[in-house]
Amino acid sequence: MKASIRIGNGAGFWGDNLDAPIRLAEEGRLDVLTLEYLAELTLSILAHQRRKDPGAGFVPDFPETLARLVPILRSQPGLRIVTNAGGLNPLGCARECSRVLSKAGHPDMRVAWASGDDILPRLDILKAGGETFRHFDSGESPDPIRSRLVCANAYLGARSIAEALGQEARIVITGRVADASLTVGPAMHAFGWAWDDWDRLAAASVAGHLIECGAQVTGGLLSRWKSVPDYDRIGYPIAEIDPDGGVVITKPEGTGGRVGIETVSGQLVYEIGDPASYHTPDVTVDFTRVELEDLGSDRVAVRGARGRPPPDTLKVSCAYADGFSARGDLVVCGTDAAAKARAAGNIILDRLRAAGAAPEAHNVEILGQGSNFPGSAVDPAGLREVVLRVSVRDPDRRKVERFCRELSPLVTSGPPGITGYAGGRPLVRPVLSYWPTSVHRDRIQSALGVTVADHLAEDCDNAFFEALELRR
Amino acid sequence: MNPTAKLGDIAHGRSGDKGNHANVGIIAYTREGYAFLERELTAGRVKAFFAALEPASVERFSLPGIAAFNFLLKDVLGGGAAGSLRTDSQGKVLATALLEMELPAPQNLAAMLPAGEEPVQESPA
Repeated sequence: MKASIRIGNGAGFWGDNLDAPIRLAEEGRLDVLTLEYLAELTLSILAHQRRKDPGAGFVPDFPETLARLVPILRSQPGLRIVTNAGGLNPLGCARECSRVLSKAGHPDMRVAWASGDDILPRLDILKAGGETFRHFDSGESPDPIRSRLVCANAYLGARSIAEALGQEARIVITGRVADASLTVGPAMHAFGWAWDDWDRLAAASVAGHLIECGAQVTGGLLSRWKSVPDYDRIGYPIAEIDPDGGVVITKPEGTGGRVGIETVSGQLVYEIGDPASYHTPDVTVDFTRVELEDLGSDRVAVRGARGRPPPDTLKVSCAYADGFSARGDLVVCGTDAAAKARAAGNIILDRLRAAGAAPEAHNVEILGQGSNFPGSAVDPAGLREVVLRVSVRDPDRRKVERFCRELSPLVTSGPPGITGYAGGRPLVRPVLSYWPTSVHRDRIQSALGVTVADHLAEDCDNAFFEALELRR
Repeated sequence: MNPTAKLGDIAHGRSGDKGNHANVGIIAYTREGYAFLERELTAGRVKAFFAALEPASVERFSLPGIAAFNFLLKDVLGGGAAGSLRTDSQGKVLATALLEMELPAPQNLAAMLPAGEEPVQESPA
């Protein structure tokens, strides 16, 4: 058994720094590199892509990043990669990654993909079995939106990941899992803890929570931001976990940013509800007694996480088609910039009404006046330059398209001092609204496939693979 | 008028989203600051501060291990990342905003500042 393992998270979301995974793998002396790509609504974006192309549905950035990581996988034979880049198509992602690996001269490298989180195809069966999928907060029935659902995914835990690593997979690709699972899985595999070792599961889950957002724990977003050196080279985080569940958060030496009590406590409270009951699929964690100790040299020890059994339900996130929206900006200058901007906003809405295209919902923001900064008391009379931002939403796409054409006329037919239209006409976007719900865990079954790259890279039906079914 | 201090003088913070809800974590720099905020930074005060966003409720939780409070603001994001028409659909700036809150300055303000900071006094209005 190892003394401790180092798990580095090189991506906090799809859209994070492109070089961070490579630098972290090069410099981090890692056992495992995790890459976390799925925010709440990422799957709905992937669902949109999959509707246009059935072979899509995974995060295309990951195979590209993998190609850049191949030399490091070669020079660090113990390094594994664990990622939720599989999105809605973990098998498709595994195939693409296998092509990358085979082409780079590694046909024998083992690739795993985990599924079972996508319950959209099984919704009717599950409902017939008694699942209601009521809205988590309001308790509303999903019936009115059922026909508009584009994705429904249960948050799975760390078991498939631990199993895949046990099957010698060097690349482990999942769909929707709890973010902390990307860290818990490797810890469970490394140390062979029991799945009811609640406090150790809690410790690993807190470690995962701390590194899941990448640079947010190494100085990103710190209130005392002037105390953070070298943002441009900010180091990405590493969780060092030992067999007793001891956790140290750190980052590679010589990188920018810093790891201290403030950076870690800031991330500890990020996106949590009741800190005594932080639910994950594998454990419910109590954060309230977590304590931090600064060990110096950008190392912080994390102690005191307590665990207890998780609920018998799994969180489920769904998205449904809910109309269209668009947003446009204009820059407005002058001694009465704020007043002119408001007037311009009203002109747009009045013209839409006159055209029979008044949207179901609209929002006018005057950026510079504190529209997005509650509690501030900016005197609009002092502003000389503001941004008028108008957003609309409507079930009818044509109304939103009409709105998109109402900004440019203001450049010649409205108040003076208006500029900034060079960015062009706003784009209509589909609105995919969020529906949080839950499902009983014993109705969910995960599946895991593991094989060598050149079997999966071939697009043949008789590709041999080992498939293991894991009951949740 | 009595002197005031800004919350950001004695604490740091971070905010995030979950669907249409937001959480704002406020971490005191010192134990003295934590004790002060226990009395002064109530859920009611935070709800009043964010009144313009019309949260359905604000609940306060404590994390004594790190001298922090977590405020859960329900239904505050105008629909959340998905349907919200606000620029800050995910509540990314709520902590930064709350740290501007004025509080009655405590007697031992100097003991609540982070290490290496000079105390900043608001001049009486």
